[in-house]
Amino acid sequence: MSFARLFLACALLVVVVPARAQFAQPAAAPESAMSIPQDHVMQIDELNDMLKDGKAGKPLILQVGSHVMFAQAHIPSAQYAGPGSQPEGQHLLHAKVVNLPKDKVIVLYCGCCPWTRCPNVGPAYAHLMQMGFKHVKVLYIASNFGDDWVRRGYAVEKGD
Amino acid sequence: MRLKRATRACAVTLALMCAWAASAQGPLEHKPAPDFIRTDFDGRRVTLSELHGKVVLLNFWATWCAPCQAELPHFAEWQRRYRAQGLQVIAVSMDDEPKAPRALASKLKLGFPVLLGDEKLGELYGGVLGFPVSFLIARDGTMTARIEGEADLQALEARIQELLAQK
Repeated sequence: MSFARLFLACALLVVVVPARAQFAQPAAAPESAMSIPQDHVMQIDELNDMLKDGKAGKPLILQVGSHVMFAQAHIPSAQYAGPGSQPEGQHLLHAKVVNLPKDKVIVLYCGCCPWTRCPNVGPAYAHLMQMGFKHVKVLYIASNFGDDWVRRGYAVEKGD
Repeated sequence: MRLKRATRACAVTLALMCAWAASAQGPLEHKPAPDFIRTDFDGRRVTLSELHGKVVLLNFWATWCAPCQAELPHFAEWQRRYRAQGLQVIAVSMDDEPKAPRALASKLKLGFPVLLGDEKLGELYGGVLGFPVSFLIARDGTMTARIEGEADLQALEARIQELLAQK
């Protein structure tokens, strides 16, 4: 290889490799909301239709954020299962589902923070998958529960 | 050159105003901020209505909320910088238990009252159903803004300076 070709190859490496790194999608952290497969993500309208449809079997809806939020407003029939990012939340979640059949349809949601920064749904989802549940969906809340559910006029319940 | 600078300044000002206008919507704006009495993690009583005459930045946060963690050190810096001019930051942790926020507040040496909130306080402020949420209260106790999500720090600091300038 001539010096000129070697120089050109090195120059290409210097230019192309950082460019690829810059535009490459960073890998999602193992337990971030971004790591949840798309086919396990449920849209708000889809859940709302499911709740209104008397024929469809009602899923178990679990809120895996803070109890302070849950007490202010939560999706009708939802149960509080503790913050998914905290050990006590994982224990409570485990206790809620441990005796359920593994084909039970379970919908998780949090809405504490924007989806990309939610610390709770990813670990809660991973926990249920490790327990062998086959039909786990995570509600996609883009901004937060207040903006995306309550202020859009969907039904809520208050209290424990 | 001057024209370019003026255009740029206008564009920045307009963008800040738009961002601020977008954040300042809600049922509590332009009304007296709801009063509350709580005890902070250092055992001091915090009564909002006793802070008349100060500009209050009331921040709702949680220890597991990443955007909240990003904001708190900036608020601590503002508290130091603007204390003499009358800024008072109050941070309300919406964690379910006090242990973690108490430890974090102590570690960060925030320099302003940090207290534990609950659903009643959240509802008093129109529902705190996402984090962080901040409220900016003028010297006369009037709510001037509700800022949902991580604040635009530049715009927020500019607004605080503006309120501090009002005697």
